[in-house]
Amino acid sequence: MTQEFEFGEEIVALRAMVREFCAEQAPESTVRTAMESELGHDPALWRRFGSELGVFGLAVPESDGGDGAGLVPHAVVVEEFGAALVCGPTLGALCLALPALIALPDAQARQDYLPGLIAGELIATLAAPTVHGVFDPEAATVSATTGPGGWTLSGGLAHVPDGASADILLVPARTQEGLALFAVERGAAGLAHTDLFTMDRTRRQATFELADTPARLVADEVAAPAVCARAVRVATALLAVSQVGGAQRMLDVTVQHVRTRIQFGQAVGAFQAVKHRCANMLMEVEQARSAAYHAVWALDSDSEIDDPDLAVALAKAVASDAFTSITRAAIQLHGGIGFTWEGSPQLYFKRATADLVTLGTGTEQVENVARLVLDRRVAAANVPEPTLT
Amino acid sequence: MFYMPSIAVQTTPDAAMVEQAARTVVTRHPPGSVPLTELMGAWYDAGLTWVHFPQGLGGMEAPRQLQPLANRIMREAGGPEPRTVNTIGYGIVAGTIRRYASPEFAAQLLRPLATGEEKWCQLFSEPGAGSDLAGLATRAVREGDGWRVNGQKVWNSLAHISRWAVLLARTDPDVPKHKGLTYFILDMHSPGVDVRPLRQLTGRAQFNEVFLDDVLIPDTQRLGDVGSGWFVANSTLADERTSLGERVVARGSGAIGDAVQLWVDHPANQSPALRERLARLWVRSEAHRLTIERARIAATTGTVGPESAITKLAGSELTQAVYEFCIEFLAAQGALMDTYAPDAVDDESGPNGIQRRYLRSRATTLEGGTSEIMRNVIGERVLKLPQELRNDKTVPWRDVPR
Repeated sequence: MTQEFEFGEEIVALRAMVREFCAEQAPESTVRTAMESELGHDPALWRRFGSELGVFGLAVPESDGGDGAGLVPHAVVVEEFGAALVCGPTLGALCLALPALIALPDAQARQDYLPGLIAGELIATLAAPTVHGVFDPEAATVSATTGPGGWTLSGGLAHVPDGASADILLVPARTQEGLALFAVERGAAGLAHTDLFTMDRTRRQATFELADTPARLVADEVAAPAVCARAVRVATALLAVSQVGGAQRMLDVTVQHVRTRIQFGQAVGAFQAVKHRCANMLMEVEQARSAAYHAVWALDSDSEIDDPDLAVALAKAVASDAFTSITRAAIQLHGGIGFTWEGSPQLYFKRATADLVTLGTGTEQVENVARLVLDRRVAAANVPEPTLT
Repeated sequence: MFYMPSIAVQTTPDAAMVEQAARTVVTRHPPGSVPLTELMGAWYDAGLTWVHFPQGLGGMEAPRQLQPLANRIMREAGGPEPRTVNTIGYGIVAGTIRRYASPEFAAQLLRPLATGEEKWCQLFSEPGAGSDLAGLATRAVREGDGWRVNGQKVWNSLAHISRWAVLLARTDPDVPKHKGLTYFILDMHSPGVDVRPLRQLTGRAQFNEVFLDDVLIPDTQRLGDVGSGWFVANSTLADERTSLGERVVARGSGAIGDAVQLWVDHPANQSPALRERLARLWVRSEAHRLTIERARIAATTGTVGPESAITKLAGSELTQAVYEFCIEFLAAQGALMDTYAPDAVDDESGPNGIQRRYLRSRATTLEGGTSEIMRNVIGERVLKLPQELRNDKTVPWRDVPR
């Protein structure tokens, strides 16, 4: 594993490759076509990302058919997808389901799902119960019962990322013993979903109703909480990285615009009112990049550089602020073009808004930081000193 | 008979050699038991002051990246962080002297600089030339084998205790402003040098004004060509930026550490609104700290990004915001001050240390480039945005409105 923040040649090459592929195969015109389609993405393009480009298995151990390259290269892929606004189940499949599946102790389940997910053939998502962006088994809304025919699930799931396109739905559900993790197949009996009309049309959500829906147990009550907690942490860090990608792209596009837009006889980027706002945007995206990749490194295997919960909360708080702020500035600095449907800023502004309120809002993550840093310090100060006898 | 390949003599010193040299110095001259000047003199003679400098000038021609290793050994042995011995001397002067002074003159100046026996200050800014430093008006007129200098400098820290100064003066008012400046070394004991304390808003006099009245400087104390002063000065600013990259900060240290400690110490002052505000400041501080860390890694792995350009700007505004929080958190207590005595020890300590730091923090967005200038620098050098139209770059300095 590389030193924190050391982006070696392989990472640089990977980034260039993904960026080029996105520019050629998923330019903004493609994004717009996909976001206006019913499904919200092009499954054939998604398969090409998985098979032709082959970048979905970077974080998957070699024993499970992946590249075993760790979380950092996987994050770089997610960042570039965020930069290009790639339409597809990035959040559901690559951010949530993938780390959950990798963490399953059940080798058979890993073998059944991971190869398809890596190839882009199979789409999975995870409906993890969270409170303030942190996995919380108490928030589970589905219950599981076992009978002669196996397990069945009943209950409802709200705001499931990429729910409508998922072939496999990973559902944490309450059992007699606690919380276990189940896989539900698309079209299973008693499974009904409603597609939600999202503000960001490049990111889809669905709600689900489950009524005695047959399900496969993939992690028991002992393993499931850790699997889900891990998946939510990784997904949140990856979402922060994706926010960084989008923020950087909007900064680049905006800087390009103000360099070339002439008013009062000069490029508007020469005016300090404009230039200084661009400098602020750069400052924000660089800090978000530091925080987001710090979380990725902190979550990478065997790493103990930080408390993972704190690193993740920090990343999501900083990246949420940066992405929303930078896309607001992008609209403003584009002038009237920024408010049009045709302009790019509106797409990124809506993505920034969606990301802000997904997996813990920016403010909820600040609350998590307050809990983990300030409340802990106060509690530690209130513990009486041990007395010597 | 040993076969000793001649290449062994020329080998660039590596980490092991630097480490061994440093350990030898601190063993033979234990910090704390010998005078500081002896310690730092031995450090210099061993080539550890600036490891990348030539032998005999405080270096051993080792890679510059090995300097932090040497400094760490010094600190761990109970010695000072070497640069604190002569902040300006180490920060901007030494590199300039090495590059532009004759070897003899450099040898004469560098050892007492390194030991702290001769302090250094910088005479750049003027009342009429702050952000627009290249517009400065102090005149140096050639006279015999030297120069006669007249003018007024300001914001000169350490000038009252300095033996030497680096000075930027105008030698040609008839060319555009960046081209008419020359860089000098000034003996602060020269007749006509008048140092007066400048009292700042904290009440202390950390800085000075320096009046130069018919001061004579021998031409041998000119660094670089006549008219190349701007270039010489900028080459040392680059040094200063590089040396910043050597600093490592721990989580929860500095301003945010003060704020969190205050929070813990005053439970009665806590409120949900202040808690959120402090948490947001902690988040900003940590993102800033990680960005410094990332810049440091980028510098050592050879791909310097925009990280280092933004850390000064972000850090200074953050420091202010944190101390603004502290004052409000202290509530009525925040409005109290122990003393405004000009000779107070520093701008940090005392019963109202937080209030002192709050007042001092107003300087952070001014010194070393105002935040406005930093945003211009980031906009123009990093983001490659065009400069604003200017009317002062091509006309003779004499004709620029002032």
